[in-house]
Amino acid sequence: MAPYLLKRLISLVLSLLAASVVIFLVLQVVPGDPASYMLGMNAQPETVEALRQQMGLNEPLVWRYLTWVVGLAHGDFGVSYTYKVPTGELIAQRLWVSLPLALYALLLSTVLALPIGIISAAKRNSAADYGIMGVTQLGIAVPNFWFAMLLVLLFSITLRWFSAGGFPGWNAGFFVALKALTLPAVALALPQASILARVMRSSLLDTLSEDYIRTARAKGLTRGQTLVRHAVRNALIPVLTIIGLQFSFLLAGAIIIENVFYLPGLGRLVFQGITQRDLIVVQSVVMLLVFAVIIITFLVDMAYALVDPRLRSRA
Amino acid sequence: MTLLQIDNLSLNILGLEILSDVRFEVDRGDVVGVIGESGSGKSMTALSIMQLLPHGTEVSGSIRLDGEELLTKTEKQMCAVRGADVGMVFQEPMTALNPVKTIGDQVAETVMIHRGASRTEALSIARETLNRVGLPEERFPLSRYPHELSGGQRQRVVIAMAIALRPKLLIADEPTTALDVTTQAQILTLLKRLVDEDGMGLILITHDLAVVADIADRIVIMKSGEVVEAGPAVQLFRAMQHPYSKALMAATSHHPVRNAPKVELDAVPVLEVKSVVREYALPRKSLFAKPGAFRAVNEVSFKIHKGENVGLVGESGCGKSTLTRAILALEGTQAGEIRVGGELVTTKAGASAAARRKMQVVFQDPYGSFNPRHKVRRLVTEPFYLMGRDAPTGSALEARIAEALENVGLQPRDAEKYIHEFSGGQRQRVAIARALITHPSLIVLDEAVSALDVSIRAQILDLLADLSERLDLSYLFISHDLSVVRAITDRVMVMKAGKIVEAGETEAVFSNPQHEYTRQLLAATPDLEAALKRREIASA
Repeated sequence: MAPYLLKRLISLVLSLLAASVVIFLVLQVVPGDPASYMLGMNAQPETVEALRQQMGLNEPLVWRYLTWVVGLAHGDFGVSYTYKVPTGELIAQRLWVSLPLALYALLLSTVLALPIGIISAAKRNSAADYGIMGVTQLGIAVPNFWFAMLLVLLFSITLRWFSAGGFPGWNAGFFVALKALTLPAVALALPQASILARVMRSSLLDTLSEDYIRTARAKGLTRGQTLVRHAVRNALIPVLTIIGLQFSFLLAGAIIIENVFYLPGLGRLVFQGITQRDLIVVQSVVMLLVFAVIIITFLVDMAYALVDPRLRSRA
Repeated sequence: MTLLQIDNLSLNILGLEILSDVRFEVDRGDVVGVIGESGSGKSMTALSIMQLLPHGTEVSGSIRLDGEELLTKTEKQMCAVRGADVGMVFQEPMTALNPVKTIGDQVAETVMIHRGASRTEALSIARETLNRVGLPEERFPLSRYPHELSGGQRQRVVIAMAIALRPKLLIADEPTTALDVTTQAQILTLLKRLVDEDGMGLILITHDLAVVADIADRIVIMKSGEVVEAGPAVQLFRAMQHPYSKALMAATSHHPVRNAPKVELDAVPVLEVKSVVREYALPRKSLFAKPGAFRAVNEVSFKIHKGENVGLVGESGCGKSTLTRAILALEGTQAGEIRVGGELVTTKAGASAAARRKMQVVFQDPYGSFNPRHKVRRLVTEPFYLMGRDAPTGSALEARIAEALENVGLQPRDAEKYIHEFSGGQRQRVAIARALITHPSLIVLDEAVSALDVSIRAQILDLLADLSERLDLSYLFISHDLSVVRAITDRVMVMKAGKIVEAGETEAVFSNPQHEYTRQLLAATPDLEAALKRREIASA
């Protein structure tokens, strides 16, 4: 296990460094000068030049990269060009919405999808299976923002159980905040759950045709016992991969849902950052997301090793 | 009362008749060999006893175990029978075990679900059973995972799971087909010992007559879902009645008619391998340690002359496949030289197209070695890429395709078919046609007949012998099956742990082996005639 862990850790650090270089370079070639953007169309070239100087935009590329990375390592993300506050603070505020929302959606999606996928595979070609396949097909096809609006219509406007949008903040109380995140989380979770259920089903079906399943049946295990004791754990590996991918997506990809529900999340922050050429914010958020993706990949790799002893012994 | 009585067993899957009117019996302490080729229904018969049939199967007739009818039992009742009264061992030990559970847990599971035993109790029975099947505690603690064991060891674990509760009947479906000969001999001995110790009945299903000749008390020969002949083993083998049984017997020991080629020793050899070394890097022990190396092929040298058929035998892991890949220039070498028709292929740039054209290959699996989306025309003409601009086009191309297909006994019009339209034997003919199309001087046959039924195997061996003589082809014939190598080669090389330990004229090596390892291999190879003689002497 230790060599496997070490190998994964080294690859984690290297990926982070490589990602920071790529992000930095890509944002340098994006058209639009932050200084002239901040000063407006009619600004004097001298003023723009002075601002560029002040913002450090005239320093050599390598120097700017190093300043940025060293800052990151200290938790200093720089100061936002438009908001004039430390980017770190901005991100932290937004993260308190986006991270719980992503986790909430992921939890819902997993809790929903795994049993459904298992039932579907266990009762292959039954009415239940066809029903589940149909519904999940729909779940993938329907755009989540439209589904979000349906949820609002039903639960906020007709039934008045949930508010239609906004976020009261965690200071308003845990359950109050959680309640505000419920509809967005459901809207995010359903398409993900549909995908996950299908992956679970097909992975389990593959596993059920393995030789060791037949061996287990020959030992006298019932179908149910075979499923629980031998099939599910082996079928989990592809499912873990998808869960990892979905979490990364949920963290940043909730932008439309955040707009539908007026949630001050990371997605909206980065969107504003791009439109206002607030490069330092964009750069930091993207870096943070990359960091999250890499950490998640690392965790998923660890989960593989827990599930599969072959990975543990293979250094 | 007989232990197992099968009567009028018929079975169809979605209307397709698989078994019809199968009947035979198994007594306590008896080994019954059920023999047949693929599609004969032997495995389906076994699965009927276990009631582990695919969906859409209809069964009629009667299967009585100890007087109790199995076909009328409910699924729940059958679960109590499986693993407790009837154990089963399957063909593929590499995939028969759950990769994420320890061997201890897997053997103990049988005990836990049937006896309701506690985990500790079940594990102690598992330990005892693993000891019985020859996996002692010092080397095989219960905490081992399947991937840490070899094929033969895994098959022992599967057997342990099947016999942990001392069932009345054990069904072994091709239990040794995927194993090396020496391992096969050990597993057969183990099965026989367990039968003697526990007095259980054993149904040993196989396609290979020789495998059962030593230990079967009775033989059942099946063809197309029917029992064509059954009886006490020695008697049945000595006086076969049914034409199919006789044909099967003949195919098993089939030797194609071959004339020894006239070898010109001073001509440039078709293949020359000189002190070849192939090493694989091992994982580093620590971050800064130099990675070790595993020497898979160790200083191997030999020559193959025009028209010669040379065999390369050895057990899995001996390096024969690695050597093959090196010869085919699919992998680099660390030292030594390989020349094909005098041209060096172990260069930095790899083998030239011209050199590759002179050697072609036929692989083991006729199902996996073709792209299913291509027509035979494209499959067999693929090697023409090696000829670049010299590749034939138009009518010349058509003529080459027709020639290659006719050479292997197929029709030119087969070029328009897809590969799934052919049987396993025909596919292997297509593979040979693909190898022939560039007019090579050497064909590497990597276990090319190992996956085929004996009657098909006999046909392909005839074809190969004929082609070699007619086209002056040389073969490097790689196999773990010594009897096939004996039938088709002029010279043979025995490989062990990366080295060729013995080489010489095939007949000389087989009749008078010099190296200890060759002797072991030969002793472990099932020999029908020798087994029957032994048994006749024993019973006399």
